[in-house]
Amino acid sequence: MQAQGITQIAVYCLVLIALGYPLGLWMARVYMAEHVGGRVLGAIENGFYRLIRAEAEKEQDWKSYGKTVLVFSVLFWLVVYGIQRLQGHLFLNPNHFKGVGSPLSLNTAASFITNTNWQYYGGEYTMSYLTQMAALAVQNFVSAAVGLAVLAAVVRGIARRSSGTLGNFWVDLYRSTIYILLPLAVVVSVILIWQGVPQTLHASATAHTVQGATQTIARGPVASQIAIKQLGTNGGGFYNSNSSVPFENPTGLSNFVEMLAILLIPAAEVFMFGKMVLARRHAWAVFAAMFVVFLLGVAINLPAEQHGSQVLRASGVNLVAGSGQSGGNMSDKEVRFGQAVTTNWTVATSDASNGSVNGGFDAQTPLGGAIPLVNLFFGEVIFGGVGSGLYGMFFYIVIAVFVAGLMVGRTPEWLGKKLEAREIKFAAIGALFVPTLVLTLAAISIVTKSGLASIFNSGAHGFTETLYAYDSQSNNNGSAFAGFGLTNFSADLGTVAMLLGRFVPMFAALALGGALAKKKIVPASAGTFRTDGPTFVVLLVGVIFLTAGLMIFPALTLGPIVEGLMH
Amino acid sequence: MLRTAVSAVIAIVVITVVFGLGYPLVMTGFAQVAFPSQANGSLIKVDGKVVGSKLAAQGFTGKRYFHERPSATSPAYNAGATTFANLGPTSSTLAQQVQQRIRAILKLEGPYNPGLTVHDIPVDAVTTSGSGIDPDISQAYAQLQAHRVAAVRHLPLATVDQLISKYTKGRSWGFFGEPGVNVLELNLALDRMGS
Repeated sequence: MQAQGITQIAVYCLVLIALGYPLGLWMARVYMAEHVGGRVLGAIENGFYRLIRAEAEKEQDWKSYGKTVLVFSVLFWLVVYGIQRLQGHLFLNPNHFKGVGSPLSLNTAASFITNTNWQYYGGEYTMSYLTQMAALAVQNFVSAAVGLAVLAAVVRGIARRSSGTLGNFWVDLYRSTIYILLPLAVVVSVILIWQGVPQTLHASATAHTVQGATQTIARGPVASQIAIKQLGTNGGGFYNSNSSVPFENPTGLSNFVEMLAILLIPAAEVFMFGKMVLARRHAWAVFAAMFVVFLLGVAINLPAEQHGSQVLRASGVNLVAGSGQSGGNMSDKEVRFGQAVTTNWTVATSDASNGSVNGGFDAQTPLGGAIPLVNLFFGEVIFGGVGSGLYGMFFYIVIAVFVAGLMVGRTPEWLGKKLEAREIKFAAIGALFVPTLVLTLAAISIVTKSGLASIFNSGAHGFTETLYAYDSQSNNNGSAFAGFGLTNFSADLGTVAMLLGRFVPMFAALALGGALAKKKIVPASAGTFRTDGPTFVVLLVGVIFLTAGLMIFPALTLGPIVEGLMH
Repeated sequence: MLRTAVSAVIAIVVITVVFGLGYPLVMTGFAQVAFPSQANGSLIKVDGKVVGSKLAAQGFTGKRYFHERPSATSPAYNAGATTFANLGPTSSTLAQQVQQRIRAILKLEGPYNPGLTVHDIPVDAVTTSGSGIDPDISQAYAQLQAHRVAAVRHLPLATVDQLISKYTKGRSWGFFGEPGVNVLELNLALDRMGS
């Protein structure tokens, strides 16, 4: 049974690479080519630019690009807020839900425009179908597309020489949605519907159960939303329990497809990067570094969960895998998934900034549950969020190359460009801002009465819940250790976390791209540190662990480590 | 700045219409035509009336039926408001609940499974599921309950075991996920046997 589970994870990795590689090459074409589709698609594309009155042929420098992103995102934030507030008076509301309260609406709107999808509400009993479709699911596309657009701009900055511009935001936005996200979402939707995920405009069904009770069965336009929430590393479910709910994730196959969708685009981006900067071997090295950290997470989480929690082990029930069960810590997990694929999902979703879950994190063992916590703290650069993961990884790469440069006493170079004080500053801001934000907000929440009101569990576990909540929101992940309740205070503090956590690193990345675009290429010499071998992989992983790991370690000792030692 | 804002507003309207209405409505149209049963919630009808969904536990009780896993929703098995239990791995509440469930199972199944001890209870029987409406139980938990259901319904154990295998969903394509027994389908099949 366990060997079977491990084989499932191995197959997952193989399929991820087999599909991610060609997708990456396609994405490179989408962002580099003058025209992507044929004549008809090209005409539609140009029609869109004319309709929105954008000068698509005019390239933007990093500041202008960033400004456009910001204006677009802020206006969209207001729209998502407005639809939630007004849903009670709008159409497509067959279950007659009232408008959503103000702090919650602001939090949820920020959550979806920043690709976080943190949810302080249960979707199936809070949001109308219109809100789910036209406000939230739209952001699943848009926030992912914004991430991809910014990534494309930054990668162009790395690839270009002596250039002042990075591309045009409207072009990148259009192409990300139409040529990458939409086709994939349609394919995934079809598979999910076939497997049993509802896709209907009918109101909830009412069943009269076999033993005479009445059961309300929530349904709706679920499949179309789940497809893009997985692909766009969004993670916000239709249902409260996210993809552990059979209606969101009915079978082993649907689970495999949804799990693949979490890491597919982030993995493909690495190959896209290699193609666009003409450094295939460097891209493979970056991929290898990500892959190693992913496997480490699996290797720690799976045995811990299969071993079971203290409470379950002490109770004496049968936890052994085999003879008709998958065993282990089944608290808040589903029978059709068992341990191995729940581990696979847990690690994938916290590596990427997805945040969807197919089992509850709160009930995981201290060691198992520490994995998503630490993964988040790495800033979601292990594959990471759509777009944001790889541009976040660039910060660490720059720091790694800089460290290597210091060791040999040469000016560091990355892909033929000299890294100087300006670039290092942007990378340092990008890498360190979010961990600092997490610790600050968690501290505020833990020393104030209003903050403490959100905690469900007492003691060390309560601290872990708080830390995770701000870790998740600042890193735009959105998964929850749950056990962290909604108050006006936590909603507002979370809104701050998500907005700063999204836009500060994004601007640091654009600034880095802008600075690199201006540079000339220096020819590689014998003294140039090679960024395509195993040494670089080890160095990069080391830098990630040291920078982010050391910042979180003191906080970890107060949470999961104390908890693990106490019992 | 104003120019950018104008572009942004038009883009927001276009995007909301295309991705917020166009995409989900086209997918809904496709789903309703190609997979109507799945698209509407995999509902199960008996004599034309909806008795539940293949994808949701409904909280069977009593001796005549197979029971599902515990549920943390409020009320239990609420398919309109799913939730995790969110009890930490060292929670004393979790410990109490698990003890309670163990006692209940020993009391219910003990008389039909001579020599039953806590070590024979599979873990899924005493833990809440992620959704609170997990439609499946492990084969081990089904076999534990088979003795009771067979005895109460005066059926040969072999017949009940056969039904269990019939309603065991294997892994998808024999590979993905883990096997589980669909409790609603199994109980409906038992009722159809009329004993």
